[in-house]
Amino acid sequence: MKQLMSFVRKEFYHIFRDKTTMMILLGIPVIQMILFGFALTTEVKNTRIVVLAPTYDEASERIISRLNNSAYFDVADRINSDDEIETVFRNGTARLVVVFEERFGEKLRHEGKAHVQLIADATDPNAATTFSFYASNIINDYQQDLMGATSNPYRITPEVKMLYNPQMIGAYNFVPGVLGMIIILICAMMTSIAIVREKEKGTMEILLVSPMKPIYSILSKITPYFVLSCINFASIILLSVFVLKVPVTGSFATLTFISLLYIFVSLALGLLISTFASTQLAAMLMSGMGLMMPVLLLSGMIFPVESMPYWLQLISNIIPARWYIEAVKAIMIQGLGFMAVWKEIAILTAMAFVLVAVSLKNFKVRLE
Amino acid sequence: MNENQNRNDIAVSCTNIRKHYKDVQALKSVSMEVPRGEIFGIIGPDGSGKTSLFRILTTLILADEGTANVDGFDVVKDYEEIRKRVGYMPGRFSLYQDLTVEENLNFFATVFNTTIAENYDLVKDIYAQIEPFKDRRAGKLSGGMKQKLALSCALIHRPSVLFLDEPTTGVDPVSRKEFWGMLKKLKMQGITIIVSTPYMDEASLCDRIALIQNGEFLTIDTPRGIVAGYPNKLLAAEADNMQQLLADLRKNAVSKSCFAFGDKIHISVSDDIESRLIVSGLTEYLVDKGHKNLLIHEIVPEIEDCFMQLSQK
Repeated sequence: MKQLMSFVRKEFYHIFRDKTTMMILLGIPVIQMILFGFALTTEVKNTRIVVLAPTYDEASERIISRLNNSAYFDVADRINSDDEIETVFRNGTARLVVVFEERFGEKLRHEGKAHVQLIADATDPNAATTFSFYASNIINDYQQDLMGATSNPYRITPEVKMLYNPQMIGAYNFVPGVLGMIIILICAMMTSIAIVREKEKGTMEILLVSPMKPIYSILSKITPYFVLSCINFASIILLSVFVLKVPVTGSFATLTFISLLYIFVSLALGLLISTFASTQLAAMLMSGMGLMMPVLLLSGMIFPVESMPYWLQLISNIIPARWYIEAVKAIMIQGLGFMAVWKEIAILTAMAFVLVAVSLKNFKVRLE
Repeated sequence: MNENQNRNDIAVSCTNIRKHYKDVQALKSVSMEVPRGEIFGIIGPDGSGKTSLFRILTTLILADEGTANVDGFDVVKDYEEIRKRVGYMPGRFSLYQDLTVEENLNFFATVFNTTIAENYDLVKDIYAQIEPFKDRRAGKLSGGMKQKLALSCALIHRPSVLFLDEPTTGVDPVSRKEFWGMLKKLKMQGITIIVSTPYMDEASLCDRIALIQNGEFLTIDTPRGIVAGYPNKLLAAEADNMQQLLADLRKNAVSKSCFAFGDKIHISVSDDIESRLIVSGLTEYLVDKGHKNLLIHEIVPEIEDCFMQLSQK
């Protein structure tokens, strides 16, 4: 026990004396959260639109002002002929052009039917779908108001209710994802480098010629980084609640518990990597690049797991981030408790055991 | 001598050790036996297999063939026992550079389940010299101080066998001398010391030495025994033009071999002829060749001469 304590103390010295690395490790999560939170948002805000209204009339002007007054759109310009539409997109003046047909207001009044065309720049298909959907909604609203006067007996109005995230705030989706990604990347990198560094600096040579037990050396490497990761977890949660306004609606205790478990799994994954890598660079590449892609693409953080082909879904099962992100979404956003995530907890626990066991088995008691 | 006694008297032994890395044969059938309480030197140039042998004996790598015992334990089967009772100082400084002197020593003491206080008498002489700097990071120490710290860390658990892989490489001559003085004291404490070095002049400080080249032991004997076994007469020659002198001597049939040794040339000649005759014969030959300030006289061979002679075979 004294041996273990001494090992742990040594690891803390290593970390605290390397101030640059420590600042990086504590700074990365904060910077990433802020980046994702403010810059990389998928919400539609202030999309520039251009209007083509050949005939000036009340109806079209009302619609235009409704569009302009919404938070989603800004009317950047008005054009007068079809020929200019192409130019508008090429110059990047607008991402959406709203085209009213000739004599729009008159047709609407006399024939009860008029056309509006929405032309969207679909370079980014998701964004195009979103903002053209918003634009149609605004136009529909206007139509509803008109119809309010002339009542139509047969009408079906679907009433959509967005549960858990009624305002469709993007942060609700990415906070669990970023949490899952940052923890696994930083933890795996920290531990894998810490062990490989001993190999590279030659200190492993002396440590091996001593009664040190492999399990001690493994546990002592995990402990300080576990503490550091808890600080990271706290700073991410604080940022998400107070800066990004994503509340923890479910049980905070369960969220903390599963996060600590996930941190442990990630650290153990780093240990496993360290038993393969022989240089710090190799360890960094394996834990950074090797984990980044699968976590980013297969964890359900960006692309939903359900829409993946079956074989990719199978692969995504072995990615710890997938289970963690699912659980965090359930707790933070859906407001569920322990009972809702017991399966994820069980899977992560099993992963922790397997990873530690394999690392121990793989731990080389000799130099080669 | 029965089997049991043998086990107790021999600190380190190995038989027919072979080791290869990919296409390099690092050790070719190496055998040796080191009794307890001896300072045993393994002497040879870089790349001769010293470190490989040390790593096999300290259980860090496995030999391809052969068996080895340290303190009565097999290096493969009982590696955990060996690791408890040997001290090892690798060739490269391998302590934690970001830990202070005291933290390093403390850490290694705890790893070996002991404390600095418990074995302080053993390391006192060595550690006392670096104790004034105990709060300094190990990475900031000078070469000689690093070496003393490394030795203290290797000794803190009172090992029965101490393995020192090139401990004096890159250390100044004064510290080197001091270091050998410390080894003598440790020997008095009953610790067996296996030490490797590329410096032939350190050979005479060992009780027995093994000369190693290309993964083979050339000979194992006491330094005196090795010098006594030198089969030829040895002459030292110097003149103004040393390069020309070496070339001319090599052409002469009398010299079996000639090597430049510092500012002299060592010539080994047959033991059968009286040295006075050889010296006068050679002098005449060299004066003929036009050498100025020529000086030739007989000398007593050193370990390095023996090494050269043995490695010629």
